[in-house]
Parts: sequence; structure tokens; C-alpha cells
Amino acid sequence: MAKQYVLTTINGETTEFLCETQQTMLDVLRDVVGLTGSKEGCASGDCGACSILVDGRLVCSCLMLGVEAEGKTITTVEGIAEGEKLHPVQQKFLEHAALQCGFCTPGFIVAAKALLDENPNPTETEARYWLAGNLCRCTGYDKIIRAVMDAAAEMRGETAR
Amino acid sequence: MSSLSYAAPTSVDEAVKLLAGASGLAKVLSGGTDLLVQMRSGRLKPELIVDTKKIPGAMGARRENGGWVIGAATPGAVLEANEELKAEWPGVIEALDLIGSTQIQGRCTLAGNLCNASPAADSVPAMFAAGAICVVVGPNGKREVPVEQIPAGPGRTNLAKGEFILEIKLPARPPRSGDAYLRFIPRTEMDIAVVGCGVSVTLNEQGVCTAARVSLGAVAPTVLLVADAANALIGHTLDADTLAKLDAAAQAACKPINDKRGTVEYRTKVAGVLARRTASIAFDRAQGKSSGKAH
Repeated sequence: MAKQYVLTTINGETTEFLCETQQTMLDVLRDVVGLTGSKEGCASGDCGACSILVDGRLVCSCLMLGVEAEGKTITTVEGIAEGEKLHPVQQKFLEHAALQCGFCTPGFIVAAKALLDENPNPTETEARYWLAGNLCRCTGYDKIIRAVMDAAAEMRGETAR
Repeated sequence: MSSLSYAAPTSVDEAVKLLAGASGLAKVLSGGTDLLVQMRSGRLKPELIVDTKKIPGAMGARRENGGWVIGAATPGAVLEANEELKAEWPGVIEALDLIGSTQIQGRCTLAGNLCNASPAADSVPAMFAAGAICVVVGPNGKREVPVEQIPAGPGRTNLAKGEFILEIKLPARPPRSGDAYLRFIPRTEMDIAVVGCGVSVTLNEQGVCTAARVSLGAVAPTVLLVADAANALIGHTLDADTLAKLDAAAQAACKPINDKRGTVEYRTKVAGVLARRTASIAFDRAQGKSSGKAH
């Protein structure tokens, strides 16, 4: 079958691509569009390394077909910073050393941004539950949670704890 | 190269025509959280995917005759944000919320959970207890099917070729009604039910149960609607004797398998315990005692 034509918006830019039906959004991002920030960990929706926002909603791009992006607004980890200025979540991940190998980090950044967009003042428990779909096998979660909570405080205009 | 095709029809008729006319396997795509995994693993090799999200009525929840009509492609996260729906059917919404992570909630659907037909699906016992009705569309038009008639066995439904669920209806709630869903898993999140239990009750002013539906998940090839367990509640308040009869009826209905999640004996015992706890929450809710989350 001929490739499908898809017109979408990725990180604020109108983007068109051709893909085959069975290509996931993650395949399209990485192999067609050339945005390799989103990672493939499990390809079954368990690890969250491929997390993106679709019309502002957090999803696993490995569980979405590329053709479903038609008419949608997609945000990937590449679209989280404002130009050279890191998003507070990104800055706090650096400050708290909330990463080691970094493979899970793009997914955590996107998921944490989605959390703070929806709930600017999460409890630690809420943050841990929200991020339960993101797996990290080296840093451990405490540093990640500290980074997210600190980013939340900064975004609320509170001083660092 | 694969010959997989994709269509996103904008009407029921168009979708039915595509599904009914496919020569090979045709699959409905709403959230895709099961379908894409099964395609990836090679378990399913469809030739056609019909995305139902652009069909009018498939997305969102609306009021009808005092109850609710939920579009079959509506993601969990959308329904969980509906405070009115959550207040009326807390058991259904909490069960839905137990499916997977935040990311999965952004896509997963009640209809998908039902049609994936896992005996351990979390939202399905809650829908059984709620008395949900599925609006099924297909080559022979539209029919309404009680939710408990949809699953046929693990991974199998009673839907005919070309049929799919367009909407799920939750009935109007009489006064003093409450529902709840509990599942047992060996950790706090992100796991598959060892046993699940759904209970929905209506009480009279004296706290006597006048209507009840009780369901069990993960203890048989399909989710079970357990009439004997409901009958143990109807006509009674939730005293120790009623709880004991409910426990016994729930255990008697179990036909579980032995697997790594639990033995037959363990699952059977847990089913009785969960039935007690779930019924207690449903009764409390029916009496306005608790609006807190069960989980």
C-alpha cells in the first residue's frame, strides 16, 4: 500500500510526512522526522521513554500510529525548552543530577512538564503516581522526584528548598 | 512489505462498511493501548485498521435520560476529569483509572478494555456491576447489548464481523445508590489484578439493599456477574451475617487458574475478602458516608 500523507504540528512547526500504517508515532519521530529525543525502551507502553504530548495530553508515542497525528498538535522533548532557555524541569534535572545514562530522561521531562501544566502544586505522592509510567533503571527515583518538586516550587515562584 | 491499510471514517455507516467488507482481519482502533502491543508482538496481523475516533459520538460523555452515554473512543483521562460522572459512578471511574500509567490513561478506553476481553481487565467488573449497556453497531444496524454479554473468553468477544461498540451507557442512579471496585495486586500500582471485584447497590431509607449487582474479575475465563452474591445482599443490611453470605457466594463462583499471580485457593479466598470490602464501600457511598477514593 502507498504511504500515507500526514499533516501535523510538531513543536510548534507545521510538519508533513509520509509513513506506513504500521509505523508508530515514535518510529515516525525518530526515523522519518529526525527527532531522536524520544526513546524506544520497551515498545509496549510500559517504560514511558517515548512520552510525548498530543494536544497537550501525555501519551506513549510507541502506542500511537503515525497516521493518527493528522491534524494534531505534538510536543516532544525537543519542544520543551524555549529556544536556548531550558524549561525549569530540565534545569532542575541538571541541578539535582536526576539522570545517569539519560535514556529515560526525555520521557521523564515530558511527563513531568505535563504534570506541572495540570497540577502546579503536586504532593510528592501525586508526583510519584503521575510518573509511575516512567521507568528508570539507574538513577533511582528520589533524585528525579526532588528535581520535579523543586521545578514545581520554582514555577510557582517559591524559593528553592 | 506489509499491506496494512488505515481508515479514519467520519460516520458509523462508513466504518461498518469497511469492517464488514474486509477480506482479512480488520481491527477497530480507539486508544490502541492493546492493539498496537499485539501487532508489535506479532500476535495480531490485521490487514485493516479502522480508527473510530472521528465518528460522531465516539468521543466524550453526555447525559441521556438521567444516565450517561460514553463514546467508546473516549480516553480514560477525559472521563476521570468529569466530576459529575465520577460523583455518580465512582466505582467505574476508579476502576478505569487503575488501567496502566498516566500515559496509558491518555489513550485507553472502557470499550477497548472490554473488547480486549482479558478476564483481569479492571474496568470490566465495574461496568458489569454498574449494569452498563453497550450500543453495538454493525451490518444489521444498531443493537443494545448488556455489557456482560460481550466477553466470550480470554481475548474473544461475542461481537460479529463488522460490529463494534459505539457507545457505553450507564443507567440513571436511583437515590441511595453507590458503587465500588477493588482489585488485589501484590504492589501498589502498575500491575494486573489477581482478583477484581465490582459492587453496585441501591438501598432504601432503612439501609436495606433493594438492588445489587456483584462481579468478579480474574477468577474465570471471563469477568463474572455473580447473581448469588447479589442475592446475598438484596433484602438485607450489611451486617456480619450478610457479609459472610456474600463472601461464601463470591468464593463459590470462582473458577480460577493457577498461575504466577496466585493459586486457585488463594484467588478464591481473596475473592471473598474483596467482595466484603467492596460491598462495604458501595454501601457507605450509597448512604453518603464516604466520597473518598477507594484506592
